Amino acid sequence: MSAAALALEGVRVTFVSQDGARYTAVHDTTLRVAPGEFVSVVGPTGCGKSTLLNVAVGLLQPSAGAVRVFGAPLSGLNRKAGYLFQSEALMPWRTALGNVIAGLEFSGIKKEEAKKRGEAWLQRVGLGGFGARYPHQLSGGMRKRVALAQTLILDPEIILMDEPFSALDIQTRHLMENQLLEIWSANRKSVVFITHDLEEAISLSDRVVVLSAGPEAHPIGEFAIDLPRPRDVAEVRLAPRFIELHTQIWHAMKAEVLKSYARQSQ
Amino acid sequence: MPARASKSLRWWQLGLFAAVLVVWHVGTSPTLLPPIYFDNPDKAAFFFGEPLKVFERIWDWFSSGSIYRHLWVTLLETLMAFVVGTVLGLAMGLWLALSPTASALFDPYIKALNSMPRVILAPIFGVWFGLGMASKVALGVTLVFFIVFFNVYQGVREVSHTVLANARILGASDRQLLRHVYVPSAMSWVFASLHNSVGLAFVGAVVGEYLGSAEGVGYVILQAEGSFDINSVFAGIVVLTVFALVLDWVVTLAEHRLLVWQPRGGETEKI
Repeated sequence: MSAAALALEGVRVTFVSQDGARYTAVHDTTLRVAPGEFVSVVGPTGCGKSTLLNVAVGLLQPSAGAVRVFGAPLSGLNRKAGYLFQSEALMPWRTALGNVIAGLEFSGIKKEEAKKRGEAWLQRVGLGGFGARYPHQLSGGMRKRVALAQTLILDPEIILMDEPFSALDIQTRHLMENQLLEIWSANRKSVVFITHDLEEAISLSDRVVVLSAGPEAHPIGEFAIDLPRPRDVAEVRLAPRFIELHTQIWHAMKAEVLKSYARQSQ
Repeated sequence: MPARASKSLRWWQLGLFAAVLVVWHVGTSPTLLPPIYFDNPDKAAFFFGEPLKVFERIWDWFSSGSIYRHLWVTLLETLMAFVVGTVLGLAMGLWLALSPTASALFDPYIKALNSMPRVILAPIFGVWFGLGMASKVALGVTLVFFIVFFNVYQGVREVSHTVLANARILGASDRQLLRHVYVPSAMSWVFASLHNSVGLAFVGAVVGEYLGSAEGVGYVILQAEGSFDINSVFAGIVVLTVFALVLDWVVTLAEHRLLVWQPRGGETEKI
């Protein structure tokens, strides 16, 4: 077996608060993502999905277990990964173009060259002509697209996405999902896509991993999504196979969602 | 505010100004009113000056050009105090905000220095730096420094964790983080306090001049006071006030240019 692009092996994350209380967010989780594979991780809210991504990108050190990137153990930040945050991560003092080319600038690429590539990426995410705008002058969906271009312009081998579209309205969301699939299929990279939305997970992915409710969240099921590509995320939802998969996965998830809900309403 | 309301407000403001001038004029003129409080009709004018003479004095200063040298000196001192204070405050603020050890070490001293009434230092600066511009700049710097320092410190502390993490993942080195994340974030706080710091630089310059100098508007006022020339004192105060207003207006212009990236209330443009 060739080395997985990203492998979390027996990862456990325990947070210790200042008064000594321990909270194990993620427990004994193993997740392998093959090169070019699109994997979604779904689970009830508060189950440690984001924690898992933070471990994968190197922002968090796991308490136990290991992270491997193309077979090599990860130390420090994951240089092969791009990360699309759930919340606003653009630099508000930079224009859209300035934000898109930030990573190129950091790596020392000449400004004119970076700008040319940045403009091309803005075109690609449908924001040609908006390069001079500041983030506060853009709508939420446009900011997400800038963030997408900002991450993808660096051509990362692994793309980590933390509920990137959860704040968008449903139409914008379908638009962005289709755009993401289009960009991804043109140049297949490994994707880990975190979401609480099962339909989103199925319509985008090759594989869906279901996490149990937190604390001590761990994978409780894996489902291969054999829907044909290319897909249109709005249309694929109507396919009989989609509904079949949805029923199956929801069946596995339901108990966990209820558990998480019960715990939160205590 | 509707244009009409704002226009009538303007008239009321002008009317108030005129009324104050009229009361001042009538109250101090030796001939218009019989002395009510003072036994001598000239005494009111001696204590409070006369508005017509005040304006005459200002007119003289500007028509003869004698005031320009003093204004220039005060302006230069203000600008230098502002620039030096801002640079020092920025450097120190960044350093302390990014180094917990240094911050812990200096914390009590910063607090002590900030609570000290620093105008007291003016005579010492006079001894150290002489009666020229340097001592006024030094006084202004001590006032500006703390404003900028605290704002930078706050600005760095309040950088969004997500923005910071994002920049790091995009490959920013520590130096690039400083330049592309910490400094711009801190600068927005510095600009927000621009009015304050320019105002205090100006206060430092004038107070410094007033306490001992050979040039500057503060010096002009000091001279007039020495010879009980109350009209010149008021004329100096008027000139200083107008000067401060102009300075404040320039700062507002600069602010609008520098902070284009920040949303302003009601101006946010969505598409």
